[in-house]
Amino acid sequence: MLQDIFQYWPVLQTFPFWVWSTLSVLALLFLFVFPFAGVAVYVERKIAGDIQARIGPNVVGPYGILQWIADALKLLLKEDIIPKKADRKLFIFAPMIIFMSGAASFAVIPFSENLILANLNIGIFYLIAITSLVSMGVIISGWASNNKWSLLGGLRAAAQVVSFEIPVALSLMTAALALGSLNMVDLVNAQAGMKWGIFHNPFMLILAFVYYISALAEVNRTPFDIPEAESELVSGYNTEYSGMRFAIFFLIEYADAFVICAVSTTIFLGGWHLPFLNYAHIPPFLHIPLQVTIFMTKACFLLVVMMWIRWTLPRYRVDQLMKLCWEVLVPFAFICLLGTALWMVLFQGKGFIELLGGLF
Amino acid sequence: MFLEYTTIFIFLIVGIAMVPLMLLIGKILRPHAPDDKKTSTYECGEIPLGSSWIQFNLRFYVIAFLFLIFDVEVAFMFPVASIFKQWTQAGFGQGWLAFIEVAIFVGILLVGFAYAWHKGDLNWVRPKKKE
Repeated sequence: MLQDIFQYWPVLQTFPFWVWSTLSVLALLFLFVFPFAGVAVYVERKIAGDIQARIGPNVVGPYGILQWIADALKLLLKEDIIPKKADRKLFIFAPMIIFMSGAASFAVIPFSENLILANLNIGIFYLIAITSLVSMGVIISGWASNNKWSLLGGLRAAAQVVSFEIPVALSLMTAALALGSLNMVDLVNAQAGMKWGIFHNPFMLILAFVYYISALAEVNRTPFDIPEAESELVSGYNTEYSGMRFAIFFLIEYADAFVICAVSTTIFLGGWHLPFLNYAHIPPFLHIPLQVTIFMTKACFLLVVMMWIRWTLPRYRVDQLMKLCWEVLVPFAFICLLGTALWMVLFQGKGFIELLGGLF
Repeated sequence: MFLEYTTIFIFLIVGIAMVPLMLLIGKILRPHAPDDKKTSTYECGEIPLGSSWIQFNLRFYVIAFLFLIFDVEVAFMFPVASIFKQWTQAGFGQGWLAFIEVAIFVGILLVGFAYAWHKGDLNWVRPKKKE
């Protein structure tokens, strides 16, 4: 993306590349990630209120819009208590890892064809690698807190995250197999028109749901939130964290939830493509706003579905969770992988929609 | 193309630096009054008993091990996945070759998975031995 901007306005090359890179990273973090996480918290609480037949926050500002700002300020002003017997260096280090991995996964989200911070040629692979770092941060925070609850909670959370990473990695790999590339922008462009990933073959349809469910479990959300369940383990791995450190865990949970919705949109729902919308017919200056709008609409729709699931379904027990992962999702993912590979070989890589189009 | 990794590297550095930054802003604003009771370990209001670095269930090790095996398998299959579509479209023989390779690789690991399932290693609670 930055290289395209440099071609357009060569005057910007007076500053070295890393200056603009840092500015764009900071802009993404402060202008998108933090406000988005805040607004997502507000929307979640309002939706939760609706589903539970009550009004959500409505005191701070009109309709409670400023609630998340009040919450952020409160957490900033709270005292930062580090337990005396806690492992101090690791205690401080754990939020850093979690924040780093949560923020760095935003680098490869294709908001638009040209609006992607780092158009790596191994985009999907990088995402899987970076989101695996969260489990490390969780274990470190559980261990460093010097608290039995935190240790057990951290280990359980890590076991959950790590088990559900197998279906996630398998579905992403199968999607890359079906769509023919690891580059995020190429993945979206392979779904131009109606050839969305989810309609490629029946196995991809199953795989979309496998991915969505496994990814929900990976960010410890919805029915799989054992690590944060108040009635189960007091607060799991973030019991001893207070104030801003706790806010970081909280923020990264919502940022990760958005990353999952964005990746689902990219791979299964066609990214910024709509059926019967040909980007060649649209003037170039309208491309970016239109693509960003379509992409964000799809991603936010999936996010709202995530919130809907969270406040509707009861929580899974730990052994039911592990059983679901290893005895249901992993076999399904493997079957879909082999099925998709077989379909690709039989039909020369053409999806269902492409075959239908070839019939007419 | 490699210039993009500069952005990734900067992302990682900014990510690590952002946390102390946020806490630094707070340090000026928040109170700092460490108390004996505040900094003791939380154990639902009781006085904490014993060291907290307890021995944990061996089940976690088994899960980590299974994860390791399957993750390495996925990592090895990624290069095949990125080439697969091209190969299916190239010539009829090449697509089948790639598919058979993937099938054999996945098949060997599925045999191991089936063995682990049958032995009961995938259960969270170890099943009681039949007398």
